[in-house]
Amino acid sequence: MSNTAIKVENLSKIYRLGEIGTGTISRDMERWFKTKVLKQEDPFLKIGETNDRANKGMSDIVYSLQDINFEINQGDAVGIIGRNGAGKSTLLKILSRVTTPTTGKINIKGRVASLLEVGTGFHPELTGRENIYLNGAILGMRKREIDRKLDEIIDFSGVERYIDTPVKRYSSGMYVRLAFAVAAHLESEILIVDEVLAVGDAEFQKKCLGKMGEVSKGEGRTVLFVSHNIGAIQQLCNKGIFLKNGMISEYGLVNGALDSYLSTVPLNNAIKKLIGKDLKQLHKNPLTKSVEFISSELISGDGLFHSEQQDIILILEFKRLNEIKLCRIGFGILAITGEYVGVGFTTNYLSGDYGVNEKYQLTIKNPGLAKGIYSVNISIGTGNAHENNIIDEVIVENCATFEIAYKNHQKELIPFWNPNSGRIHLNGIIDNI
Amino acid sequence: MNHEEALKEWDLVIEPQSSLLQLNLKDVWRYRDLLWLLVKRDFVSFYKQTILGPLWFFIQPLFTTIIFTFIFGNLAGLSTDGLPQPLFYMAGITAWNYFADCLTKTSTVFRDNANIFGKVYFPRLIMPLSIVVSNLVRFGVQMLLFFMMIGYYAYTGANFHLNAYVLLFPILVLLMALLGLGLGLIITALTTKYRDLAFLITFGVQLMMYATTVIYPLSAAPAAYKWVIELNPMTGIIEAFRYGFLGEGSLTFQTLGYSIAFTLIALVLGVIIFNKTEKTFVDTV
Repeated sequence: MSNTAIKVENLSKIYRLGEIGTGTISRDMERWFKTKVLKQEDPFLKIGETNDRANKGMSDIVYSLQDINFEINQGDAVGIIGRNGAGKSTLLKILSRVTTPTTGKINIKGRVASLLEVGTGFHPELTGRENIYLNGAILGMRKREIDRKLDEIIDFSGVERYIDTPVKRYSSGMYVRLAFAVAAHLESEILIVDEVLAVGDAEFQKKCLGKMGEVSKGEGRTVLFVSHNIGAIQQLCNKGIFLKNGMISEYGLVNGALDSYLSTVPLNNAIKKLIGKDLKQLHKNPLTKSVEFISSELISGDGLFHSEQQDIILILEFKRLNEIKLCRIGFGILAITGEYVGVGFTTNYLSGDYGVNEKYQLTIKNPGLAKGIYSVNISIGTGNAHENNIIDEVIVENCATFEIAYKNHQKELIPFWNPNSGRIHLNGIIDNI
Repeated sequence: MNHEEALKEWDLVIEPQSSLLQLNLKDVWRYRDLLWLLVKRDFVSFYKQTILGPLWFFIQPLFTTIIFTFIFGNLAGLSTDGLPQPLFYMAGITAWNYFADCLTKTSTVFRDNANIFGKVYFPRLIMPLSIVVSNLVRFGVQMLLFFMMIGYYAYTGANFHLNAYVLLFPILVLLMALLGLGLGLIITALTTKYRDLAFLITFGVQLMMYATTVIYPLSAAPAAYKWVIELNPMTGIIEAFRYGFLGEGSLTFQTLGYSIAFTLIALVLGVIIFNKTEKTFVDTV
């Protein structure tokens, strides 16, 4: 217990859905009367439900966090992961004292600095220098402390030249650089960072991650970090908390937590054939919906698993609603992080009559992708990668999901590709069936 | 393990409910630098990109005085207890403005700062305190104008007497600040849930000015309504203010004592309610 920095016990947070603030005087009176005078249970705090944003619940009360218990040791860098609405930000807000928990208790040892947003309290009329002081003070620094670090902060931000210009004249990148520079120089034992690195250019992001790594590894400070950037979490954190519907699904070493998070990401994991409403169709030209996607089916693989050499075969069915004589199919393969690892377009235009279901088989031969989970997006339109006028009539996201697993370990050479260096072979990929 | 015991072992304990009187004033003191920086921000950002700069602080009370002199003094012919009209109105306006600014600005503090409050923790009380202090700067500048006017009328030998009760001035300023702060805190805490109060406050303050002895002396108030005007805690303060500087006004220790008591109650109540609201307002605002 001696080196525990944060101890969270039975933490829950309840939110009431819908509108708060209209006609609540009578509700408040009723509540006050029932709880304080009659000593009954709070009538508006009915048994809550788990927090799943996709399903419509029965009550208008949800647990954003439910019975969270964990301890974080000093010097740990903990990545908090989970889908949108899993409670990550709520947890950080409670830890940073922006809001209070409904039940439970948190004990913290050391000074906490939290960075839920960069540049909180920046005033557009003030100069960069004035804003460093203001923002620093808002984040909890004393003036002396800022005086001491001013040069360092300006240097880190890389905007020396504009430091005496009002920040309303800054580009958004400069603004963020300055803001992060202030936050990076906070002296605290515990640093809480929400998804703030999504802004700024690549070079600056790298600098920020470097600084955060320095903070946690070099100076032995405790870091809590929320991000959807799996790579950043992997690089920075040694522990991971995977939140699912407001509860801790896994807490342990970062790779373990990431693995269990990633395995839950594609919702349609279990479905091999997707029809109609399961498919998310984006019509690029909604006025003249000219192509209707009907279904997609993954027919290759052992379940969803493919070995690294196995072909990936997808059956697509669609029909043309207007008279587009020629069209082409495009596809993109995305890694779990949402980055494209490859895209392809058919060069030979496919002709067909409108109103008739057409079925095609898309084969990706010998893909050589790295281990991991992938999803496929399909587009149907005209124009291909070699022409400039690409027009997508319809884009269908998440047509299929598959996982590449290295099965045949007997082979002499086991490839361990980085997702970025995976490749796909494209030849004779499309067949009319 | 209760809160105090837990704090011995840990630096910070976060719990859902804390007692009403746990005000964290120590925390407020630790953030005093922020208070000054916020005051500086308000002052600097006020006159950036203006030609007249801080001179704008003069213009509003000056014109109000001219208009009041014209309408209430000349057209309506209200009594000013024998004092020069501009001096009489200026005294009332300067004092009233300070109170009114403190009240209206603190009464929207949660709404105006919802964004900052939702992203970073610092003792919330810093914000309203900085408003009161920023307005003090403005009030100081306006007092200069009032002093210049006093100088001018003293030079022309007008009928007024600066007297020893002027020493009450610092106390009166403190009372106005704390009264505005206390009432503002109560209102801002309630507006996080009931927005209606925000509408009430804008014209409520205007109406309240007419129930205060800004444009007429208490001695000239009709007997039937006098008790309403005396019930207003600002009346005692403005009367004392005028009495000290100009030698006319109804300064009694009952009215001033009432104002002090009212202020203290409003302040304590305001701080407690504000403190309770600050913990959860992010979820309701």
